Formats: sequence, C-alpha cells, structure tokens
Amino acid sequence: MARLLVYYAHPGNKHSRVNKKLAGIAKEHSSLTFVDLYQEYPRYDINVDLEQERLIQHDVILFQHPLFWYSTPSLIKEWIDLVLEHGFAFGAGGDKLKGKIMMNATSAAGPEDAYASKGYQHYPLRTFLTPLEQTARLCHMQYSAPYVLYSSLTAEEDKEIAQHVEGYRAMLDAICQETFDFEASIGAEVITAQSIHAYTGGSRQ
Amino acid sequence: MTEIFLLGGLFLLAGTVMVPIATRLKLGSVLGYIIAGIAISPLLTVLKVDVLTLQHFAEFGVVMMLFLVGLELEPEALWKMKAKLLGLGGLQVTVTIALVSLIALALGLHFQTAIVVGFIFALSSTAIVLQTLNEKGLMGSDGGKDSFSVLLVQDIAVIPMLAIVPLLALPEFATQAGAAADDHASYSLVHGLAGWQRAGITFLAISAVIFGGIKLSRPFFRFAASARLREILVATALLWVVGISLLMSLVELSPALGTFIAGVVLANSEYRHELESDIDPFKGLLLGLFFITVGASIDFATLFDQFAMVLGLTLGVMALKALVLFGLSKLFKMHGSNKWLFTLGLAQAGEFAFVLLAFSVNSQAMSKELSDLLLLVVALSMLLTPALFIFHERFLSGPGRAKEREADAIDEQESIIIAGHGRFGGVINRMLRGLGYETTVLDFNYDQLEALRKFNFRVYFGDATRHDLLHSAGIEKAKLFIIAIDGKEQITALVKHCTRHYPDLHIIARAVDRHHVYDLWAAGCRDIIRESFDSSVRAGRSALEAMGIHAFDAERKARSFVKADQRMTRMLANVYKADVPVHENEEYVKRAREVQEENEAILRGKDRLLISRTDRGWSPPTRQDVKAVIGEAADHPS
Repeated sequence: MARLLVYYAHPGNKHSRVNKKLAGIAKEHSSLTFVDLYQEYPRYDINVDLEQERLIQHDVILFQHPLFWYSTPSLIKEWIDLVLEHGFAFGAGGDKLKGKIMMNATSAAGPEDAYASKGYQHYPLRTFLTPLEQTARLCHMQYSAPYVLYSSLTAEEDKEIAQHVEGYRAMLDAICQETFDFEASIGAEVITAQSIHAYTGGSRQ
Repeated sequence: MTEIFLLGGLFLLAGTVMVPIATRLKLGSVLGYIIAGIAISPLLTVLKVDVLTLQHFAEFGVVMMLFLVGLELEPEALWKMKAKLLGLGGLQVTVTIALVSLIALALGLHFQTAIVVGFIFALSSTAIVLQTLNEKGLMGSDGGKDSFSVLLVQDIAVIPMLAIVPLLALPEFATQAGAAADDHASYSLVHGLAGWQRAGITFLAISAVIFGGIKLSRPFFRFAASARLREILVATALLWVVGISLLMSLVELSPALGTFIAGVVLANSEYRHELESDIDPFKGLLLGLFFITVGASIDFATLFDQFAMVLGLTLGVMALKALVLFGLSKLFKMHGSNKWLFTLGLAQAGEFAFVLLAFSVNSQAMSKELSDLLLLVVALSMLLTPALFIFHERFLSGPGRAKEREADAIDEQESIIIAGHGRFGGVINRMLRGLGYETTVLDFNYDQLEALRKFNFRVYFGDATRHDLLHSAGIEKAKLFIIAIDGKEQITALVKHCTRHYPDLHIIARAVDRHHVYDLWAAGCRDIIRESFDSSVRAGRSALEAMGIHAFDAERKARSFVKADQRMTRMLANVYKADVPVHENEEYVKRAREVQEENEAILRGKDRLLISRTDRGWSPPTRQDVKAVIGEAADHPS
C-alpha cells in the first residue's frame, strides 16, 4: 500500500463543477489522506509542523486544484513557502522528502490545443507547471505528469466530466494499491481521462 | 481662626504672585518662593510669627519629597548606586567637614564649635536641588543622579551628626541653652540608652519600615481602597508617611531617611502611582512654604549690620564647597556640563543646617550669636543657588546636555500606558508584554490587581480617569495610551482630556457600541475599537461553519459583513446626533433601514447579476465568456 496524501485547494469551492466532484471522491476514499486546504486554513495560518509530519507519513503527494492564472490557487503557494523549509525539504539536512513522488491533478479552462506554441496560451501546459516540477526536484522528489482536464468550463456534466471523475477514481485506487505505473507517468507529458488507463493497468472504458 | 486665615492667605498670596513671575523670568519656582518670603517677612515680624517653627513644620515637605524620590527608585537601582553613595557622597561629606572645620579653627573658633560648623556646611539643600533638578528635567542626567547620590548620603549623615553634637558641648555656652534641650528628649525611645541598645532599636525601626512596606502595605491600602473614596486613599497615603516619620523621630532617626526607604520598598508596589499623585500636592505646598520661610528668616537688620561679613562668609563657604565638589567630579570622571551641574548645584548649605544650628545652640556646642550669623549665611547661600542653576543653564550646559536629552527621548518612546485591566485591557496587556513591550497598567479593581500580581504583571492601583494619576504614570512621555476602562462617559471624557493636552499621544480607545464610536471620533480619537464587535463576528462565522458552509467561504462572508458594517457606521455618522436618543432620531432610523437593506443585498450577492461580490475572483466565467476569450484569441492570432 502506497500512502497517498491528497491536498485539495479551491477558494471558490461552491462554484466548482469538476474539482468538487474529484474532491468528493478523494474525501470518501478509505485508504488515502484527504486535506481540504481552504477548509483547514481559511485564514492562511498554516500549521507547518503538522504539514511536515503529514509529508513524512506519506509516499505520494497529490495537489488537486483548478489552474488559476497558469498556477495554483494562492494557498498552495503559501503552503509551499512555509512547509518546504530549508533543512527539512532541501538544503543541508533537508532530505525528509527524498524518494517521494509529487503530482498535480488540475483542470484548465482552455482547450488542449490552446496549450501549444501555436495555440493562444502559447506554451504547453507542462511549461506552466515547471515551477512545481523544479520544486519537487529540489526537494529530492520525483515529479509525475499531471492529471488534467482541458476545456473544463465547457465540459459536459455527463460526458467529459464524468469520464474525468472516473479516471481520477481509477488513478487514486491504482496509486493506493501500488499498481500505478509511476515509471511511465514520470516520463509522460500530461495524463488525461483518455490516457489514464495506460498507467492504472485497467482497460479503457 | 481669623489669624490662621490671615496667615494662610498671606502665604498663598505671596506664593501665587511671585512664583509665576519667577517662572516667567526663568528663575525657577524656588527663587520665586524665597523672594515671596523676603517680601512678606516685615509683615510676619509685625504679626509676631515664629518663622523657625513654621519652617520646622514645612520641612515635612522634604520628608515627603524623599518618599516620592524613593518611589521612583527601585531597590535594584539603589543597589547599583552603592559605589556612588559610599565613594562620592562619603568623600563629599568627610572632606567638606575637614576643610570647613580647619578654616573655622583658623578663624579662632573652639575646636568643638569648629567641628559643628563643619557639619553644618557639609550638607546641601535636598529641597532646593531636587526641586530644581525636577523642574529643569535634569534628574535623569548623570550630573543629576550624582547630585542625588550625594544628597542621599548627606541625609543619612545627619543621623550621626545629631548624635555627635551633644558630645561637643562647651561649658561657657551652658547659660544660653534654654529648657528646649529637654524638649528634644521627651518623645524619644532611645534617650539615655547605651550604644548597642540604640543600634538595636535603630535596626528594628528600619526593619519595621521595610517589613511594613513589603508585607503590610498591600492589605493596608487594599482596605482603604475598599471604601472607594478618594479622600480616604489620600488620608491613607499621608498616614503612611506621617507614621513612618513618627517612628523615625521616636528612635531619633531622620524621617527623611525613613520615608525614603519606605518609598524604595514601595517602588514595585501596584499602589505606587496612587501614592505619588496623593502625596505630590502636599509635598509641593509644604516645600513652597519651606522656601518662603527660608526667605522670611533672613534677618535683614543683622544682614545689613554685618553685610560684608555675611557676604564674605557665604561666598567663601560656597567657593570651598564648590571646590570640593569640583575635585570629586574630576576624581569620578564626570563629563561636560554634568561636572558643572554637580559643582554648582550642591554648593549651598541646606535645610538640615537650620536644624543643626538650633540643635547645636541647645546642646551648648555653639553660641547664639554665631548661630544667628551662620543662619544668615545658610539662608543667603540658598538664595544664591537658583542663580547658580540659571548660570549653569545659560553658560555651562553645552551640547553634552542636548545629547543626553535626545537619548532619553528615544528610551521613553517605547512606553505604553493601559488604562483598565479587565476583559478588554487584560488581553491587550498580555499580548504586548508577551512581545516584550513594557507597559504601565492602571486599574482600580483591587481584586483584579491582587490576582494579577500572582502572575507577575506590573499593574498599579488607581483611577485612570484622574489626570494627576495619569501624570504620575508618565503620560507626558508615553508613546501610546490604550483606554480600556468600562463606562462610556468615562472613556469619552478621558479621550477628550488626552487629545486636548497631549496632541502627539496615540490613543486607542475602547468603544462600547456604534454610537460611542461617533462620540469618540468627535472627541478626537482616530483609533477606535468596538469592544465586542470582533468576537461577535467570529461567533457569527462559527455559526456559518456549523451550518455547513465551507470554512473559507465563512471567512469571506465574515469579512464582507465587517466591511458592510463599517460602511453602515460611516453612512449613519452624518445623521447621528449625540444629544438625541437613536430611536427618537427619525432620520437616523430611516437611513439605518435603507443601509441595512443595501448591506443585506450586498451580502447575499444581489448587487451583481451572476456572482456575488464576496466571491469575485474565484468564481468561474460563464460559457459565453469562455467562448469570447477563445474567439478573441482566434481573431488575433499572434
């Protein structure tokens, strides 16, 4: 059993169509730890000791959040600034996260083709996530390709969103049961509901 | 009765006329009083007033002053001064006695009398020097501190002097001494006892003062405070000082020394500021009376008869004293203007000289004629002292002193006064002290104080709405004043007083409700905190969370509620009338309803079509918006 820690962050939680459903699944999941960051820290006073202890107790750290301005919601940045301390996560003696895996599950409003050098976002999605990727690297963690839903605002409730939610469930199950192919996902660009089954070992629905 | 009114009126009139004139001319209050005394001395002679008896009574002002000085001086601070006390003070007294005695001997006095004269001129005037230093704000300077050390040693030295003088009696003066000599012994507990018994009783008396201060003062003052009457507290403070003076007199110790020790013992007490402000007016009046009697006791007939002699002796004595002081200032490496302050400030003879002169005549150690002459010398030297201070201020206080003042100012900037240590002020105090800020807390709930002392809080007993108490707590020097007392009217009155008198003081005031906010704003406060508003908002937020609202949304709602409420406070300010009850103010009620409705609309998000203002930023755009963005990007390919 891999120990999975899911950090959910959405300041506009009640308006959410996608992330709230994903969070619901993670919250109900019996073999992972689920933390709603905005619920736990509505006033941004992050408990650094508690968070570091949580990190130590888990093998896979998954940040689940909508993509806000090519980045995470601000509380995750605050969390990173405070929790990933020198001497804990990096620098001299900072090896507590060594060998762990970090990952994002995010939803982007723009369509997949926008995230390309010819698209209106001009860069691939992974380029926007490089700060997180390098953060993981500096903290001696491996960074897995993110699980992404494109065109999240136009996605249909019972089509794309449903598929994305089911893919998410399969991913969480596989990570917990250690059947998730991290070797492949670490080398991948992005993972979507369409490609998730290549990593979970299940068949495509 | 009429005579008392006449005398009282005369003294008060002389003081109230002369002191403001002297202060305006920058001569200092001491000189003003002395001149007032000189002015009324012919009248006193006509009225056959015994000026010396009056002066003896007024010397109680010096006792009170030393009590107040002691209150300002914590035991640790006194202990730190020990080298200065023994070295500087001890040398000043012994060297001056030796030199004055030698010269007196050379002038043809008897050996015994010469020693007594040495005693008399070794002492300086605590009353004049401390009063002047306080007035000029020089008490905290190095020169001021050194001067104080010497004065303290002199006050202590009076005790052995009084013991030695009777041993210096000369047979030829026996006829001159009246029955007064016996008067001295009649109220003494130690009269006729052996040396070791005397020492034992002296030790016991001092111990009683210290023990009483540490153990008895608290229940004593607490009991008095339970009456909740100002005058009872004043009476208690006076009783404390008078009682100690009585004890000291009974064992033939200096009352000034006794009350000084009592003051030091109480310097850490929560009743300190209360005692200060209770005793201070009495001290001031008595000292004023004392200085008037100094002026009045100058016998101008004798003075003009022997003018050259008196003037010569006075200048000689002062020059000699100044020389000794100057030598000591060099020896103790004092700098710049401090050296001159020390040298010139202490060059006069003091009030104890009057005591010693009378005592010496009674003890047959000096002739009445010599005593009368020396009395003039002492009085004249005291008269000249303020002039020396002025000389020092005009010509000798250079940049050294300015620097000192500046350093003081920075030090004092940190001071915070908190009025009221209840539910509101207590939290503020704990927070500030927890972060290392020094606070002075005033509260008149003695149960509260009792409890707080157990937790090592520095709190003082006293009604913070009393202006004299604020003064003794140091409001003039405070950077911040936090008004956390109960009672709407008291808070408003206190704010009014402080904004008027201390325009640079930052005031944080506790407002009881929204309407009180308006009153406080009108009173000039710009940092107003409603006492239970924030906690109520937090309770509301907890309620939202309990109703299943996401913690972050609840936080946002709470914040927007606070903003809406502030908006309401501002919008209703114009229609609020301080003298009309709110429910009778029709315009206010009407406006309040309107604003209330607007606020609710804002809170529920009705002011915007699609999203509530409280959620701006984190709510997603609509499908149309998304299409527009993509379309726009497609229209302008780059």
